[in-house]
Amino acid sequence: MNILLQQKAPIHEALLRHKSNRVVPFDVPGHKGGRGNKELTDFLGEKCLKVDVNSMKPLDNLCHPTSVIREAEQIAADAFGAKAAFFIVNGTTASVQGMIMSVCKAGDKIIMPRNVHRSAINALVVCGALPVYVNPGVNKDLGIPLGMSLFDVKEAILSNPDAKAILVNNPTYYGICSDLRGIVEFAHEHGVKVLADEAHGTHFYFGEDMPVSAMAAGADMAAVSMHKTGGSLTQSSFLLCGEGVNPHHVRQVINLTQTTSGSYLLLVSLDIARKNLSLNGRELFKKTVEYADYARNEINKLGGYYAFGREIIDKVSVYDFDPTKLSVHTRDMGLAGIEVYDLLRDEYGIQIEFGDISNFLAIISAGDRPLELERLIASLSEIKRLYSKDDKSDMFDHEYINPDVVFAPQQAFYSSKKSLPIRKTVGESCGEFVMCYPPGIPILAPGERITEEIVNYILYAKEKGCLLTGTEDMSVNNINVVEVD
Amino acid sequence: MELWYTENHTDEVRFSIKIDRQLISRQSEFQRIDIFESREFGKILTLDGYLMVTEKDEFIYHDMITHVPMATNPNIKNVLVIGAGDGGTVRELLRYDTISHIDMVEIDEEVVKVCKEYLPITACGLADPRVQLYFEDGLKYVRRQESKYDLIIVDSTDPFGPGEGLFTKEFYGNCYRALTEEGILVNQHESMYYSSYAASMKRAHKRIKDSFPVARIYQAHIPTYPSGHWLFGFASKKFDPIKDLDADKWNKLGLKTNYYNTDLHVGSFAIPNYVKEQLEGE
Repeated sequence: MNILLQQKAPIHEALLRHKSNRVVPFDVPGHKGGRGNKELTDFLGEKCLKVDVNSMKPLDNLCHPTSVIREAEQIAADAFGAKAAFFIVNGTTASVQGMIMSVCKAGDKIIMPRNVHRSAINALVVCGALPVYVNPGVNKDLGIPLGMSLFDVKEAILSNPDAKAILVNNPTYYGICSDLRGIVEFAHEHGVKVLADEAHGTHFYFGEDMPVSAMAAGADMAAVSMHKTGGSLTQSSFLLCGEGVNPHHVRQVINLTQTTSGSYLLLVSLDIARKNLSLNGRELFKKTVEYADYARNEINKLGGYYAFGREIIDKVSVYDFDPTKLSVHTRDMGLAGIEVYDLLRDEYGIQIEFGDISNFLAIISAGDRPLELERLIASLSEIKRLYSKDDKSDMFDHEYINPDVVFAPQQAFYSSKKSLPIRKTVGESCGEFVMCYPPGIPILAPGERITEEIVNYILYAKEKGCLLTGTEDMSVNNINVVEVD
Repeated sequence: MELWYTENHTDEVRFSIKIDRQLISRQSEFQRIDIFESREFGKILTLDGYLMVTEKDEFIYHDMITHVPMATNPNIKNVLVIGAGDGGTVRELLRYDTISHIDMVEIDEEVVKVCKEYLPITACGLADPRVQLYFEDGLKYVRRQESKYDLIIVDSTDPFGPGEGLFTKEFYGNCYRALTEEGILVNQHESMYYSSYAASMKRAHKRIKDSFPVARIYQAHIPTYPSGHWLFGFASKKFDPIKDLDADKWNKLGLKTNYYNTDLHVGSFAIPNYVKEQLEGE
């Protein structure tokens, strides 16, 4: 990383120049610096509306960058140690889809763990590639899916020599990493491209003592959700390319689906956030880890909760662990993670990232203050005092449910379907997604066989208050299944 | 030359005191600490520009936050004071020989240092052997205590700033756990006259009521606080502040006070309709 280069922020500088030039706007957006929408300007602030502008020569064009955006992308590539970087304004979903669609076409095989984000399987629906799922392993005590072991990855590659790519979570939502270096080495030996979903891994590039980042491990592409832990605005993201792909082809793929009106608010937030992380990231993430470690220790002292950390590393399914994640296991108190999540919000005014059946996850960042950490810990101690149950008999024992893929996701999604009440769907092939959101990892993806176990899991998650999404039926009483003649 | 200290009681209302001179201004890790000298109110302590204590009317606040619980349960021995860096609350508590120990938890050590140097009128008791000082977040301290205190006094700043955590449901619940079966919790409860604080105080009262079987509000008239009409919260596991008041016993102690007396004790729980309606509206 070139520190002198990193002190620049070309898009930021271009917008400042644009503002000081007082250009008369006879182009879109029609709010014209906010004057045309007073209520919005009062709410968001004039400063913000004044830089909500359209592509123009001095500000470059996201679809075909030749000046400031190109320069900003080159500086970002330098920051991440990548061959090329793309500014993405359609969310990390677009980054993940850009990766998959850059290396797979209809009928191509892609290896992935089943606990991928829905955006990855969405990409398969769009492009028609076929998934080969690897069991990510489950920690039965914690009830969480882990990372693919190198052994299982090797086996999947050897038994699918025609696979074009492998997608790896680096890390998972819970902070668990696979042996990315080992996977890259083996995959490349067998001509398989490695794509990393780093939606939760921005800080791997800038913090000290972090798990290895995709670019450092030699992966071919990575989707980095800058807005999650990197400090840019929601929906902004980076797509990184390593040596193994042609960036100009990748840009064409991105342009298939990305907006032609890229928001300069999002673009400048990526530019400034990248600069901030390059210059201050080490300190920021050091503080983040200190906060997370402190919270882990204090929460573990409360008893009943288990805030897990690096001790779960086993070098197989948990090759490494992201120390900034505050994942807490709640089942030993007789409470589902989602119940603690709801109590924290409804009773204590604390919003955390998500709760599932057995755990909840709080996002810690350098933007936190000790005061708020104390509130979280104190609230957890109260939840334990007031709500914990000795009887854990109704707690769901989560196992990895090995998916039985009957149809390719695209085929299932576009087939004729019928809507059945959930309980009646056992044995059918699912025609849509069913997932809890967050974390947005499908319980069922299009084309998968519905089993009784899965139905029970969905009903249990619903009863505990998880927000189920993905189905055409907004109340998730019915599931669309593939109609077979 | 004229020098005036001004606090905005709302965006539209200002309260000013003519200042003779500024004695000290210090920025701590948490807040800006200032002490001014004025002819009308004597020395004045402000935190982040908000008036906390004046020499002339501090007695009202410190009388009411201490003598009301002490007269309700004269057997109080072990006390936790949260906030109160100026020392006035501890000074009043130390007048009771029956109190054997006071833990005081103040987040900002600089406030105590400044007050010891410039406000001895309130800080005089902080070196007493019965007093143990802790400089940490009150929420963090109280979370680790169980069935330990007969009385907790929350002498905090406003609900926006370093004292924010002391108006939360989790804090009141942690206090409940830290109190003995005889426990009483008294907190400064701001004012409900101006709408800016009314909503957060309604919420605070509801949270206390959710945690404690007895939860009442009482009042005092403090000239230098916004609206001059100030409220306190009295919550307990069993004591009723009026039924359990042992006026004779307290009067026999012979403590001389400038504001508090046992008649006023009872009267202070008679709160105006506008406050009642807002609290009941919750």
